[in-house]
Amino acid sequence: MNAKTLYDKLWDAHLVRQEPDGTALIYIDRHLIHEVTSPQAFEGLRLAGRKPWRTASVVATADHNVPTDPGESEIRDPVSREQVVTLDQNIRAFGALRYFPFRDPRQGIVHVIGPESGATLPGMTVVCGDSHTSTHGAFACLAHGIGTSEVEHVLATQCLIQKKAKNMRVRVDGSLPPGVYAKDVILAIIGRIGTAGGTGHAIEFAGEAIRSLSMEGRMTVCNMAIEAGARVGMVAVDDKTIDYFRDKPLAPKGELWEQAVDYWRTLVSDADARFDREVVLDASILKPQVTWGTSPEMVTDIEGRVPDPAAFADPVKRDAAERALAYMGLEPGTPIREIKVDQVFIGSCTNSRIEDLRAAAAVVRGRKKAPNVKRVLVVPGSGLVKEQAEEEGLHRIFLEAGFEWRDPGCSMCLAMNADRLEPGERCASTSNRNFEGRQGAGGRTHLVSPAMAAAAAIAGHFVDVRELLPAAV
Amino acid sequence: MEQFIRLDGLVAPLDRANVDTDAIIPKQFLKSIHRSGFGPYLFDEWRYLDHGEPGMDCSKRPKNPDFVLNQPRYEGAQILLVRENFGCGSSREHAPWALLDYGFRALIGPSFADIFYNNCFKNGLLPIVLPAEEVDRLFRECEATPGYRLVIDLPSQTITTPEGRVISFEIDPFRKECLLNGWDDIALTLRHADEIRRFEAAYRARHPYYFVEESAA
Repeated sequence: MNAKTLYDKLWDAHLVRQEPDGTALIYIDRHLIHEVTSPQAFEGLRLAGRKPWRTASVVATADHNVPTDPGESEIRDPVSREQVVTLDQNIRAFGALRYFPFRDPRQGIVHVIGPESGATLPGMTVVCGDSHTSTHGAFACLAHGIGTSEVEHVLATQCLIQKKAKNMRVRVDGSLPPGVYAKDVILAIIGRIGTAGGTGHAIEFAGEAIRSLSMEGRMTVCNMAIEAGARVGMVAVDDKTIDYFRDKPLAPKGELWEQAVDYWRTLVSDADARFDREVVLDASILKPQVTWGTSPEMVTDIEGRVPDPAAFADPVKRDAAERALAYMGLEPGTPIREIKVDQVFIGSCTNSRIEDLRAAAAVVRGRKKAPNVKRVLVVPGSGLVKEQAEEEGLHRIFLEAGFEWRDPGCSMCLAMNADRLEPGERCASTSNRNFEGRQGAGGRTHLVSPAMAAAAAIAGHFVDVRELLPAAV
Repeated sequence: MEQFIRLDGLVAPLDRANVDTDAIIPKQFLKSIHRSGFGPYLFDEWRYLDHGEPGMDCSKRPKNPDFVLNQPRYEGAQILLVRENFGCGSSREHAPWALLDYGFRALIGPSFADIFYNNCFKNGLLPIVLPAEEVDRLFRECEATPGYRLVIDLPSQTITTPEGRVISFEIDPFRKECLLNGWDDIALTLRHADEIRRFEAAYRARHPYYFVEESAA
C-alpha cells in the first residue's frame, strides 16, 4: 500500500464520492456554528424548504458579537442583539447537539469550546463559517473554514464540496528557548513562507518543537495556518492528543473510548509519505516575534527594527511596506522595542486558553501596567477557561496590575462588539490579524505572544519578555 | 445563483497586494442577517473619509477622492483587476456579496486566497487567475486607456482586450458548469443523497464513537 500523509488518511476516511475532475464530496462529522456567518444559511434552508441532514453534528455558540464587560448582561447594540437572537431562534427551530448561548457558563469562542467540550475529536472533519477553524487541526482533525453558502450546504447535505489540496509539511526542529512560545513559532513560519505561502496546501506541522508543545500551543499554531494561506493546518496524534480528551464531556467512554483510541493512533503520516512541499525551521534560534505592518508576514523579532521599504526588491512588496508604515505611523529603522503601545489585548481564538493566561500572568505577577497604557483587556476564551483561571488566582494578578478581567468572546480580535481601538491607537495584541482597521477603524495592531503582550503592558512599549521572566521559567 | 456566460464590462484596477476581506467589507457590516445591501459599504474604510456604520445613507458621506473606485472614469465598472492573494483573511462571504452588490461580476488577478476564491463561485462572481506578467500588462493598459473594457467569454475561457488580443484562462470544469447554468450546489449534491446515506451508514459502523449521543437518544 502507498504511504499516506495524515491529510491523505483523513481525506480518504471521509471521501463520499469523487468526480473525474477531482471535485469531491467529503463527509462532515462536526459543524460548529456562530451568529455571524449562519443567519443567511438558515434563511436559505428555510426558503428552499430543506431540513438539516444531521442536527446532532451541530454545536453552536454566540461569540463574535457578545459584550465581554461582565457588567453587561444584555447586548446593548440592537444590530448585534438581533444577530444573536436570530441564532437563538435558528437553533431552536432546527436543533443542535449542544448550544452554548450568550451568558451560558460554557459559552465561549467557538474554537475554544469545540475541543474543550469534546465536540471536536481526533480524526473528525470539522467545519465552521470562520477561517480560524484550522485550529481544530491540532487534534489531527481535517478542519476547514467555510463560507456561508457552504454552511448551508453542510447543513443540508452533511457534505462539503472540495478538491483535494496539496500536502505541505512544516517541520520545526530543535527545542524552543525560554520566552519563545507557539505564537512566535507560527509568526516566524508566516514570516518565512508569506501569507500566501500555504495557499492550495494542507499544512502538517511536525518536528520536535511542535511535538513538545501542549495541545493549547498546537492550537495556536494551527489557528494561524490560514494566515499562511492554508485552509487546513494539522498536527499528528500522540499521547498528548489522546490524554487531552480523557475527561471531556462529549468524548466517548468505556469500550468506545478504547476503540476510538485504537483508530486515533493511526492518525499520523507514514514514515515514507511524500509531501509536495517541505519547509524546515530551527526552533532553537527563534526569538520573540512582533509584527510591524498590516499583514502577518510583516514580522520581525524583538531585537529587530522597522524595515526600510526601499530595501524590498519586489515593487509590489515595497509598495505594500510603504502603505503599511504610513498606516502604522512608523519610521523605517525604528527599534521594535522603542514602539510604545496604547492598549493591550490578551485573548482571541489564537491565545485565550488557560496556558496563554498562565504565560501572561507569569510575566505580570507583582507588576503594574505602565501609565501610558490606557487599557489592557484580558478576555478568556470560554466560561470554563475563565473559571479555571479564577481557581488559579490568575485574575487577581491581572486585576492588581490594573488590567481588565473580562467575560469570554472574540472581543477586540475583530472588534465587532464594543471592545475596539480608537483611530491611531496602537495595540500589542495576541490575536491573529494586523489588517488595517481590524481592531477598530484606524487602529494599529502588533501581533505578539501572550507573554510579550503582558510585557508590553508592563513596560509601556515592546520589550524582550526574556528579560522579565523569572529565572526558573 | 445568477448565470455567468459572457461579460463585456468596464475594468477598474485595484493596485494593492494582499487585500483582505476585512478591507473588502469591514466587520461592523457583518451584523446584518441578510445577503444583500453590502454594496454601498464595499471597501468602506478606503472609499469614504468618515467612519461607516450599518444603515448609513452613503450618498451623503464624504468620498475619498484618491480611492480608485471614486474616480469617475471607473464608475459602473464590472471587472476588478487585483493583485496577489486577493481576499485573504476572514472567511466572510459578505466579501463576494459586497463586490456583487456593488456591480462587479468578475475579478482578474495573479492569485486569490482559497476560501474567498471558493465563496466567489457560490455566488456567480467569476475570479480569473492569470500569470502575474499578464495581470501587470492589463493594469498598464487599463490605467493608460480611459473606458478600458474587457470581454470575458466563459464557454471559450477567453478574455478579449479592446485591441483584440485574446487571453485564455483556466477554470475547474465543475465550477464552470455551475456558473454557466447558474446551478445551486445543494440541489446538485442532493442528487447523490442515497450515496451519502450509504456512506454515512458504513462510516458510522466503522466509527461509532463519533455518533455516541445519537445512539443514546
